[in-house]
Amino acid sequence: MTLTALAFYAFATILLASAVRVITAKNPVHSVLFLILAFFNAAGLFVLIGAEFVAFILVIVYVGAVAVLFLFVVMMLDIDFQQLRSGFLQNLPVGIIVGLILAVELVALVALHYVQPGAGVATAAPAAAVSNTEAIGRVLYTDYVYAFQASGLILLVAMIGAIVLTLRHRAGVRRQQIAQQLDRKRSDVVAIRKVPTRGGV
Amino acid sequence: MALLDRTARGLFLTELVKGMALTFSYMFRPRATINYPYERGPISPRFRGEHALRRYPNGEERCIACKLCEAVCPALAITIEAEPREDGSRRTTRYDIDMTKCIYCGLCQEACPVDAIVEGPNLEFATETREELFYNKEKLLSNGDRWEAQLASNIAADAPYR
Amino acid sequence: MGEYLTSLWGDLPVVVRIVAAILAIVVPLLVGMAMLTYMERKVLGAMQLRQGPALVGPFGLLQPFADGLKLLAKETIIPSGANRMVFLAAPMLTFLLALVAWAVIPFGEGLVLANINVGVLYLFAISSLGVYGIIMAGWASNSKYSFLGGLRSAAQMVSYEVSIGLVIITVLLCVGSLNLSKIVEAQRTVWFCIPLFPMFVVFFVSALAETNRAPFDLPEGESELSGGFFVEYSSMSFAMFFLGEYINMILMSALTSVLFLGGWLPPLDIAPFNWLPGPIWFILKIVLVLFFFIWVRATLPRYRYDQLMRLGWKVFLPFSLIWVVLTAGVLVYFDLLPTT
Repeated sequence: MTLTALAFYAFATILLASAVRVITAKNPVHSVLFLILAFFNAAGLFVLIGAEFVAFILVIVYVGAVAVLFLFVVMMLDIDFQQLRSGFLQNLPVGIIVGLILAVELVALVALHYVQPGAGVATAAPAAAVSNTEAIGRVLYTDYVYAFQASGLILLVAMIGAIVLTLRHRAGVRRQQIAQQLDRKRSDVVAIRKVPTRGGV
Repeated sequence: MALLDRTARGLFLTELVKGMALTFSYMFRPRATINYPYERGPISPRFRGEHALRRYPNGEERCIACKLCEAVCPALAITIEAEPREDGSRRTTRYDIDMTKCIYCGLCQEACPVDAIVEGPNLEFATETREELFYNKEKLLSNGDRWEAQLASNIAADAPYR
Repeated sequence: MGEYLTSLWGDLPVVVRIVAAILAIVVPLLVGMAMLTYMERKVLGAMQLRQGPALVGPFGLLQPFADGLKLLAKETIIPSGANRMVFLAAPMLTFLLALVAWAVIPFGEGLVLANINVGVLYLFAISSLGVYGIIMAGWASNSKYSFLGGLRSAAQMVSYEVSIGLVIITVLLCVGSLNLSKIVEAQRTVWFCIPLFPMFVVFFVSALAETNRAPFDLPEGESELSGGFFVEYSSMSFAMFFLGEYINMILMSALTSVLFLGGWLPPLDIAPFNWLPGPIWFILKIVLVLFFFIWVRATLPRYRYDQLMRLGWKVFLPFSLIWVVLTAGVLVYFDLLPTT
């Protein structure tokens, strides 16, 4: 029982416990907070297997950005989660089946990996001297460069799509034009006139 | 040209730098505030602060109970009762000022024919209870004794303008 | 004597050594934070032709400690509508994250608690977590001012993190490592603030936004949100936020000096400069950057919310993206890419 093993069990226990709390918590905001805790512990597990780059990317992307948006949505929308849960029992069998299939697949994958190392999962064991940031970089920009660029493109399309769907130009709204404001000179807009007494302008 | 000018100004943040330079230069200017309880600003001889009842140099109180101050007081803060003393001179038996009513207009001082009631330079007479602000004759006379030197010099300084 | 101390240090159990090392960072940090509030008030005072705190102790030096004691002695108020757990966890989280980040900051050559290979990523991750303390506080207080403050700050921090990330990438391109000590070492010839000056400016401004400092102090916004996300906090829970915020400021200054001002390196490696030891140089640089933080606060009025978002997404993001491409292009063209 080494320190690493202890840390592993601590991370794993908290991860599982918070994952359970995510679906059992009454308050949706608590659910999201537990989800964040779960992410965090998953990152801890990644660090334990020596994949610190993946761990920190997980924290930065999921905890730092995605979960913040979740939290935003959950806080802003007044969702009645009790009502959403009302069909829980009817949908339970389907849920169990899907869950089981997923579990079996995962176990099969890992088992296959143990029975026949090198099959199924692509194992590119990095050389000991190369840090794992560099190892990922080398694989990502050489062997998988097309897949990597394609995923980038897909994300770009998704982003543009989201903007196009939500961007509305309302008629009759006056927007601030900062460049124009900065360009305004006193001589362009102010004129000093000599007004004759009782003559008006 | 205007576009170029604006772009250059925007890109090099000239306006920002100018503003920053201004605040930086202010850092080395003499400060505008004073260290109040230890340093004080000058006070005019006409300053209308806490009231005091003055005495003549021989120790006799100046007030002759003419009640002009009581009459002129717009806030009705002054209450005076008077009767002749054993030696026949007219004196107050009671001279109260309710400092919570007083508006520090200085009319009592203007009205007084013998320069007895005056408003001195003291502005730090805050108290912890309301009752302490109901000044009686004793308190006012003791104020006069304490501030006499400055009160006299203030009246002398202001005399040429009256 | 020195050798004896070294051997004594070696003989201590690991736990004791770690705790001692942590205390050696945390205690000066807390004192430094107190001095920072003092410095802020003094500098702001000087720039506004006032004199700042001057009564407690010589030159008012003990003022921050007096303030701290006052906060300690106050009553902790938990609003009845608040979500108790989250309400209390938020300031602790903020404070904790502000301290935890210091583990990877190199104070001198080899003077670092955890010299990990992904130091920059670690810092980036920690600073991206900082938003949770604020958003939790905003939500748990169950008050509209807090909530608005929390939302604003979350949006702001997430937006400016993007440009900070891109700035860090340009620096990483020039260094070829995510290790903070290596980043400092790479600046032996020239500090990155000279070749990457525009990025230095972008980073500094983003750091202002990231730490919710003026002119980007919208989450607090005294005049419109009456204090923002910590309106409902009092006593120690407020002090925790305050500490966390100022330690974050120091952290951002430290990061600025590591990334752009050559960390512990002296400006020139010649006689009068290299007499001072590295950590002193590092602290001097941090103080300089902190002075800039305060200076900016004394100069600029608060941004409006839409202007803030415009600056982050429409100015900084494209600008820093172009610089990433430009830097990469120059490095490749002149064959200056660092080899690992």
